[in-house]
Amino acid sequence: MESKEVVKLLGFWVSQSSMRVEWALRLKGVEYEYIEEDIFNKSPLLLELNPVHKKVPVLIHGEKVILESFVILEYIDETWKQYPILPQDPYDRAMARFWAKFAEEKFLDNAFKAMCTQGVQKEGYLKQAKEYLEKIEEVLIKGKSKFFGGENIGYLDIVLGVISYWLPLWEVVGCMKIVDPIQFPSTTLWMENFRNHPVIKDKLPPRDKMVVYYQWRSKEIGARMASARKS
Amino acid sequence: MADSSKVTLLDSWYSPFGMRVRIALAQKEIEYEYKEENLSDKSPLLLQMNPVKKQIPVLIHRGKPVCESLIIVQYIDEVWNQKSPLLPSDPYQRARARFWADFVDQKIYSLGKQVWLSTGEAQEAAKKELLDTFKLLEGELGQKPYFGGETLGFVDVALIPFYTWFSSFEHCGNFTMVEECPKLVAWAHKCMEKESVSKTLPDLKKVFDFLMDFIKKQKANK
Repeated sequence: MESKEVVKLLGFWVSQSSMRVEWALRLKGVEYEYIEEDIFNKSPLLLELNPVHKKVPVLIHGEKVILESFVILEYIDETWKQYPILPQDPYDRAMARFWAKFAEEKFLDNAFKAMCTQGVQKEGYLKQAKEYLEKIEEVLIKGKSKFFGGENIGYLDIVLGVISYWLPLWEVVGCMKIVDPIQFPSTTLWMENFRNHPVIKDKLPPRDKMVVYYQWRSKEIGARMASARKS
Repeated sequence: MADSSKVTLLDSWYSPFGMRVRIALAQKEIEYEYKEENLSDKSPLLLQMNPVKKQIPVLIHRGKPVCESLIIVQYIDEVWNQKSPLLPSDPYQRARARFWADFVDQKIYSLGKQVWLSTGEAQEAAKKELLDTFKLLEGELGQKPYFGGETLGFVDVALIPFYTWFSSFEHCGNFTMVEECPKLVAWAHKCMEKESVSKTLPDLKKVFDFLMDFIKKQKANK
């Protein structure tokens, strides 16, 4: 029934959160219309659909508007039952949700800040990021499957997926190394498997455009962080 | 299917995050063992059960730990799914509930701390944003008795523990909730009519005194 309602996604080309939603829709074979949003010049549509946070991604399904990438992923999984991305067992679901939140709030946040800063600050964020990645690596080693979802990509793979493509780029822009293949062999292997999955490979932003974007963005955020520290 | 395996909760009496779990357990009439944690002297059990974040609350069920209050509440709702559902069954309503619970998580704790600990312009800005947050929540509540509709739901469980912090915000921010957000105060009183809430939330004065002491110590350390 719901498959007759039109699906639209308001996203930003380089946003990891938007990409997660596109990956989920594509894995499930759901047709959607993508609408590019310039987050530096927000459209009336975005402000109308997400007045609270004014952010992408925004999923529109018929008359319904769903916000926040983690919430959208669960909505997609509950609405389109093919290719389930969350585990069936409540404990496994709780674990997937926990690690997704941890990866986003702790690991990715520190990795991004490391890219944007210099000197002592950078070292601090790098150290934190590596400590958190060690914990993620332990979970991956315990997993032993190709993906967190088993043979198929699951919720946790989708959330962590940015590590496989955005992170190496942040390392280049930020002149730093986080995912050392010797220290993090399982993470490295998982990253390769994820990047090479046919659905994912087909939906990644252009690398050279991303480098230019993050070179600019990291300087801008770095400057903002520096002035916040001074005040 | 009712699950009768042992349930243990590692928690701290004043934690609003812990209160969320206690309310969910009470709503579902689940028996459990409560273990009070001293956060300045964390028990080996806590460090073993939550080695990643070392925080309460932690729910231990069938010997396995579940961490993060809203993740625990969803786990409880999914395992003990026969009684008092906290999340609606419709995917879109579930998405709305998750969005607003996440909104509570993103805003109230961090803004509240700023209202407590900062001064001057910074405090005024935090106070304004906190009140805007409460007013947005009032808008979402609308005419419903609870965020969950006719019964206590996921958002109610996420938000009501912060009722124990209202008087501390009022004191530090120099305003009254009943003047600024009367609907939210009325909603809080309605929630308190439920035993699962009234028997879970600690005495308001006790929490107020504890928070004032905490704030004094934090300010002295600066």
